[in-house]
Amino acid sequence: MIPGSPERAQLMQQAVKGRSLWDDARRRLLRNKAAVASMVVLAVMVLLSILGPLVVPFAYDTVTKTDVWAAPGEAGHLIGADSLGRDLLARLFAGLGVSLGIGVVATAVSLVIGVAWGATAGYLGGKVDEVMMRIVDTLYSLPFIFFVILLMVVFGKNIFLIFLAIGAVEWLTMARIVRGQTLSLKQKEFIEAARAAGLKPAAIILRHIVPNLLGPVVVYVTLTIPAIIIAESFLSFLGLGVQAPMASLGTLISGGAQDMEMAPWLLIYPSITMIVTLMAFNFIGDGLRDAIDPKDR
Amino acid sequence: MLRFLSRRLLIAIPTMFLVVTLAFFMMRAAPGSPFVNERQLTPEVQKVVEAKYGFDRPLYEQYGRYLADVVKGDFGPSLKYRDKSVLEILGENYRVSLWLGLSAILVASIIGVFLGVLAALRQNKSIDYATMAIAILGVCIPTFVTAPLLVLTFGSILGWLPLAGWSWTKVGGVEFPNFKNMILPVTVLALPQIAIISRLVRAGMIEVLRSNYVRTARSKGLPENLIVRKHALRAAILPLVSYLGPACAGLLTGSLVVEKIFNLPGLGKFFVISALQRDYTVVMGMVIFYAGLILVLNLIADMLYAALDPRVRLS
Repeated sequence: MIPGSPERAQLMQQAVKGRSLWDDARRRLLRNKAAVASMVVLAVMVLLSILGPLVVPFAYDTVTKTDVWAAPGEAGHLIGADSLGRDLLARLFAGLGVSLGIGVVATAVSLVIGVAWGATAGYLGGKVDEVMMRIVDTLYSLPFIFFVILLMVVFGKNIFLIFLAIGAVEWLTMARIVRGQTLSLKQKEFIEAARAAGLKPAAIILRHIVPNLLGPVVVYVTLTIPAIIIAESFLSFLGLGVQAPMASLGTLISGGAQDMEMAPWLLIYPSITMIVTLMAFNFIGDGLRDAIDPKDR
Repeated sequence: MLRFLSRRLLIAIPTMFLVVTLAFFMMRAAPGSPFVNERQLTPEVQKVVEAKYGFDRPLYEQYGRYLADVVKGDFGPSLKYRDKSVLEILGENYRVSLWLGLSAILVASIIGVFLGVLAALRQNKSIDYATMAIAILGVCIPTFVTAPLLVLTFGSILGWLPLAGWSWTKVGGVEFPNFKNMILPVTVLALPQIAIISRLVRAGMIEVLRSNYVRTARSKGLPENLIVRKHALRAAILPLVSYLGPACAGLLTGSLVVEKIFNLPGLGKFFVISALQRDYTVVMGMVIFYAGLILVLNLIADMLYAALDPRVRLS
């Protein structure tokens, strides 16, 4: 094989077309049946929460006195109606949308804070790192759920406050994960090269550290969304979350639990939806972890 | 050990300080006051009542005073329950929560260890898959879903167990809770913990069974059950010890839901009610109590871990 020969050129081409880390990860993820099935389920759920309300002939807050506690199938209510005669299916779609929405937005809040905090602490190191992580440790040992409850009780039951309160709790773990990753990343040659090229710390963190954190962060995000859905539902269950006539999976389950002897479907359908949603996220999270970090298998 | 202990206690001080400060200012930032909901008070009477509890002073002075009282171990009087101090209220209500929490953690540990070991010994067999499927379900399904579903099934439909409530029975001068009342709440609290513990133990056991000293024990010809019980299990349940701290925190939040659903007279139910009624001192007292409890439990877990595992040195 002579340098510059056609065979060599061909070989070079093949080498260039090699599989990247992300190609590999996608391949492994797609081979994981539970994860793929969960992604399909989740996609359907998102579609239902968006399109469902357009299809169902009832609005989620229409009170129909004649349909109080209509059993599934009665009076056009596919899965029944609640104590005010509101269609459960319409409420379920609306509630699913609210729960997923809160999950995504609050996760985004925790993602931004956590990544910024963790990457800064990890990259700067030394005293700064120690102080920043000590703050995280201290916050970690607070009985946070009590502060969230306090927040809701004290400042009224505002949906933005739910985002804020839950996001503020969940960023701690994210910060810890990101810091750990940053610590090992900053030893790498390409960071040294960036530093040698005269890049400022802020630019190095933003342009070189953060993009390389993607793997573990993506995994943790898929596990944070269900955790936040649970947290929101937990607050709703205590009567501190989303307020009527709006619905979330938590308020539906809570309402269903109160009326379960009269109308068990009010408890059963929202519960099943909740369980399926949470399991889908968990399977995707597990699948992603296996795909991105194969040594953990 | 002593150095470790004192260091950890020193770290606990700023945490507790933060807890007290946050709780104090959040409560005070709340609109409303503990005295508005009751009978309409004339402005004069209201002033007298507020002066009695020192609410007419500037906020920073109240804060300083409260801090000083807490350091002395005085959490003040309740603002809603006349003639009762916060400590008395805590003392009257902690028993139900304690019984629930301890039973749940005990049940969860026993079942979790058993399932975890079983799954590890039959790795990749059907019993392993079944156990891990249960574990995933247990982690995914929150307490506020399992609780009503279990009540519906065993309480309403089958009628085997009481729907809600709590009662005490005296046995030889000591009061014990009624067993039937406890089954459902404890099950609800224990399920997610069983899931996590069995996963932890399974992972630990699989690792230990591959280690050299277990191979040595096998090559000496020891019977398998002896190897598992005497050699492997001790190392495999170590992760469980360090999990006990977070487990207790999980139980605390779980008990909020459980106490509400089963209508149990415990601390969790009290907390939400007191916060809604703006009973400042009671709410702050409970937050401090819970924070302290979590700190102490984490500390105990760490020390236990070091005591059990000679490879770990506290520093």
